[in-house]
Amino acid sequence: MDLELRTVEGKGRKVLYVGGEIDAHTAPQLKDEIIPLTEEQETKVIVDLTNVNYIDSTGLGVFIGALKSAKNHNSKLELTGLNDRIKRLFSITGLDEVMNIDEDKREEAK
Amino acid sequence: MADTFSSMQNQYKTILKKYIEDKNEVVLYQAQQFSKKILENQVSPEETVSFHLEAIDEFFPKLPEGVRDSFELLIEVMMGFGMAYREHQSLRDKQKELEAEINVAASMQQTLLPANIPEVESLDIGVISMPATKMSGDYYHFIKDENDCIGLAIADIIGKGIPAALCMSMIKYAMDSLPEQRLQPGALLENLNRVVERNVAANMFITMMYGSYDPRIHQFYYSGAGHEPGFYYNYAEDKFEELYAKGLALGIKRETKFREYHKRVEPGDFIVLLSDGVTECRTVDGFIEREEIISLIRKYQHMTAQEIVDKVFYELERLQHFQLKDDFSLIILRRKV
Repeated sequence: MDLELRTVEGKGRKVLYVGGEIDAHTAPQLKDEIIPLTEEQETKVIVDLTNVNYIDSTGLGVFIGALKSAKNHNSKLELTGLNDRIKRLFSITGLDEVMNIDEDKREEAK
Repeated sequence: MADTFSSMQNQYKTILKKYIEDKNEVVLYQAQQFSKKILENQVSPEETVSFHLEAIDEFFPKLPEGVRDSFELLIEVMMGFGMAYREHQSLRDKQKELEAEINVAASMQQTLLPANIPEVESLDIGVISMPATKMSGDYYHFIKDENDCIGLAIADIIGKGIPAALCMSMIKYAMDSLPEQRLQPGALLENLNRVVERNVAANMFITMMYGSYDPRIHQFYYSGAGHEPGFYYNYAEDKFEELYAKGLALGIKRETKFREYHKRVEPGDFIVLLSDGVTECRTVDGFIEREEIISLIRKYQHMTAQEIVDKVFYELERLQHFQLKDDFSLIILRRKV
């Protein structure tokens, strides 16, 4: 199954809308899309996960890779629209402490 | 080989002749058998067509010119199939080789896991760990020191299969090289994290729960690195609690601190550690929730620790129609007296 990926570019910020399930099969598609976005200097990359209902550990790995890449390029990575199950995943792995997760947007996305 | 080839040609001629004469089912059956032989003897599709052409040339010497030519064209067309088939064959051979290599690697991987569970008089320990494919991304580890203190770890390496297995050997050797920290979960994870962070790809990480049990004072010390929370069963109150140790997964940030928690374990209490394969089990109806795992453990809690983990595994496997989607590990450590 394919992921739906759509990037909207604005001034100094890019929003990546993702839809579908991020697992071992689809993670490479996400990686190919997200890593180049984080490789531009001083950009804010916002990933909207409103239409994602499942992420497995391979999917989490892609976000960790993106976070590291963003740091190396003085860019920022922010996630929004996480459902409860996904939010739990980020919380258990401790990633919520090192990543920007937009709380307000998450409430709206419920 | 040449003999076989001409004998194949003759067999085909015989079958075709019989068919032209009788047109019966028996001959059709023989034709089916013959096509299996063709595959076994690696006769290509274009060669098979040429068997046909030579046979009818013999049976009907006055073939119209066009018919003969049409076969030449068909042979040409069949060559593509022949090539594809030979490619398929060689891929199949290669796949067999790879499979054999993976089997060797999988049995090597088994040697990374503890061969037996340490025995301590006051404790009852059970463990099960099953890979979803041949190679596992789950790791567990037990050690016992001269004071009968037990160190135990459960870890989940991101992903499955070979990359996870390679990573697991690193964990195993890194842990073996930190003997002095075996009984200090926080310090052990801090050191392990430095090793992992330096040695894994940007998108790899490992979650781990490490605990040590001191049977002299019945204290359980534990720390977590982003690992799925376990459970703690309180015998006096007959209640399950979440056993959670907050901490960042290994391999993400170089200098990470891990908080150490501890718990006094009373007789009959037990600790459940699991990999997220256990709670990420997916069935047709959705995910298996943690409450369901608890009720499965409850159902068998009168049994020994090993029997409980075996039974829970069996039931979860059944719920997934015996097709594990993720590696699965479950450890239970109970204070007997």
